[in-house]
Amino acid sequence: MRHTISALLENKPGALLRIVSMFARRGYNIDSLAVGTTERHDVSRVTLRVDCEQHPLEQIEKQMHKLVNVLRVAELVPGESIERELALIKVAAPPERRAELLALSDVFHARVADVGPEALVFEIAGTPEEIDSFEELVRPHGVKELVRTGRIGLTRASDRKGIKRRQHVLR
Amino acid sequence: MSRMNGADAVLRSLEAEGVEVVFGIPGGAILPLYDAFARGTTVRHVLARHEQGAGHMAEGYARASGRVGVAVATSGPGATNLVTPIADAWMDSTPLVCITGQVRSQLIGTDAFQECDIVGVTIPIVKHSWLVQDVRDIPHVLKAAFHVARTGRCGPVLVDIPRDVQEAELDFAYPAEPDLPGWRPPRRAHPRQLAAAAEAIAAAERPVLYVGGGVLNANASAQLLELAETARAPVVTTLMAKGAFPETHELFFGWPGMHGPKWSNWAMNKCDLLVAAGARFDDRVTGKLSAFAQGATVIHLDIDSAEIGKLRAADIPVVGPLDEVLGGIAAELAKRGSAPRTDAWLAQLADWREEFPLRYDQTGDLLKPQTVLETLRDMTAGRDDIVWTTGVGQHQMWAMQYLVCEHPRTFITSGGLGTMGYGLPAAIGAKAARPDATVVCVDGDGCFQMTCQELATATLEDLPIVVCLINNGYLGMVQQWQNLFFDDRLSHVQLTHQVPDYAALAEAYGAAGFTVSSEEELEPALAEALSLGRTAVVDCRVDPREQCFPMIPAGAAALDLIEYSGDAAASAAGRGAEGKGVAR
Repeated sequence: MRHTISALLENKPGALLRIVSMFARRGYNIDSLAVGTTERHDVSRVTLRVDCEQHPLEQIEKQMHKLVNVLRVAELVPGESIERELALIKVAAPPERRAELLALSDVFHARVADVGPEALVFEIAGTPEEIDSFEELVRPHGVKELVRTGRIGLTRASDRKGIKRRQHVLR
Repeated sequence: MSRMNGADAVLRSLEAEGVEVVFGIPGGAILPLYDAFARGTTVRHVLARHEQGAGHMAEGYARASGRVGVAVATSGPGATNLVTPIADAWMDSTPLVCITGQVRSQLIGTDAFQECDIVGVTIPIVKHSWLVQDVRDIPHVLKAAFHVARTGRCGPVLVDIPRDVQEAELDFAYPAEPDLPGWRPPRRAHPRQLAAAAEAIAAAERPVLYVGGGVLNANASAQLLELAETARAPVVTTLMAKGAFPETHELFFGWPGMHGPKWSNWAMNKCDLLVAAGARFDDRVTGKLSAFAQGATVIHLDIDSAEIGKLRAADIPVVGPLDEVLGGIAAELAKRGSAPRTDAWLAQLADWREEFPLRYDQTGDLLKPQTVLETLRDMTAGRDDIVWTTGVGQHQMWAMQYLVCEHPRTFITSGGLGTMGYGLPAAIGAKAARPDATVVCVDGDGCFQMTCQELATATLEDLPIVVCLINNGYLGMVQQWQNLFFDDRLSHVQLTHQVPDYAALAEAYGAAGFTVSSEEELEPALAEALSLGRTAVVDCRVDPREQCFPMIPAGAAALDLIEYSGDAAASAAGRGAEGKGVAR
């Protein structure tokens, strides 16, 4: 079972390292990790995709919460949050195949970021599932290189509580 | 606010924290701080002979006093020598602030002389750490360091200060509060959980209070006693918690785990309600986890919510400071006023204790290690000015089994990390914390040789301790495992009784040395050592074949323990003798 964890960190040296080190030490698997700035210059947000059962998820959240630089930890629950990812995909595109690829990219709202004699670079932003689908469909054409940012997410605008605060005082 | 350099600011910060003593060794990158010591401070500096010793002294100080221990070392090898004490403090939740020098800021990252990324090295074993890059941060960092070390679940922190930062100047003002927006340890327990716990305890017929080191860190012994007496619930204390509950109390039922008595483990495994208080279901306590305390309802009380459900699911979790939690549950129980239903259970436990006493082979000419511990116990009975420390191994387990501790913070040992060599420097630190006390380090010959250079610290810094050396000439616990689990194939475990000559070594360091090889010599030597008022080493040359029983083999269920069984145990101990002798 995979979960997305969103955490706010103090923007301090080593803050990310402490999280990653804790994951490594406790044997937790990270599928993807994205870190970047937030509306506050002194706070960063890290979005982690982890593969675990429910039991370790609670452990992961609690262990993260103990780190001094970690301000808040919450799971982004599917349905209550939006998740997006960006991918760049370099696909083999000899002239006779381009039309098909471009039609495909149109369906997925992927942009052509660069054009070369034998390849195209698509840029696609969307839900991770959309990117999975697009990747699947262009794969038969020959994917030369591919990079994904890892997912980022926020709770929905309709969720007035914002990120659900987990107090970790088990009740 | 006054103008000073970073090194002076470190000392003014330590003074503001009320630090009495630090343990350390100078070196290049920490020279400015030592110059500040030379210029004057109220903080006593104890010069160790190895940074590992300094770290363990700081731990012993912290354990004996309940205050934060402070160790100081230089960059590079000085700092890496602190890694073992830091890891030890991490595993045993000992509050520790380690201050290390670092190479000059502009040299960081260049592989400079004595450069080591000690912040990076220690990340997995500290609660938090700081590399101070701006001299103006020193007061804030130290305020935060002490706060983090002693709040929530106690543990070690590290402050790494480059030499140029120690030399730079700042306007010093010590902050009243730490600036730690991400550090919010639980401050109070949830009343509903306290009530639920009280209700379960009141309803239980076979409850056990499984008490861990967290109770000592929370200074919650009084509340523990109150709860145990109100509930009439038996108490077992882990190795780390020995002394948290008076061991002559009628409700005290020993120590659980690998070398705990059968009756203690039976209490833990046949209860209907297990109340874990500041304990973490360590594998050395539970044995095979899936077979541990099967069917028991679990109440887990801890300051660290991450411990709850980590290894054993808790039916009633309570997160909060243990003094408040234990006191709160006791108050809830008292409010209910229902009569405890534990009489039959207590009688059963007492019967088991009668039926399965600790036993050992008392025949033969050789001095038995258990006899040494029993003698020490009898000689110190009723004294409340004794603090024990131990190393790690057989002698440690015998110390747990045979010594009697009536007061908290009087049994100081390395539990989680199992650090051989811990006992002697920890004793020195404990003596610094309790100058009134007689501090006795029960050590093994293997352990002693790992840190015995600190005898110089004990004699020269006027921190006298008594070392009672359980010298069996072997790495005894390893030998025991090789006997029991590796078909008696002894591999590189013999140290010999005679080399070094421990009494002569003690004298070389300016301490008193005694050699004891018979029961007749034992008590007079110990009596003299205990009364000298100076550092003494009593080398007790004991039977190398003696093994520590009972024993739950690693990974086995706690009820499948190996007991001392007369000849069977003797044959198990008989290396190379007929019979592969796993005395099951």
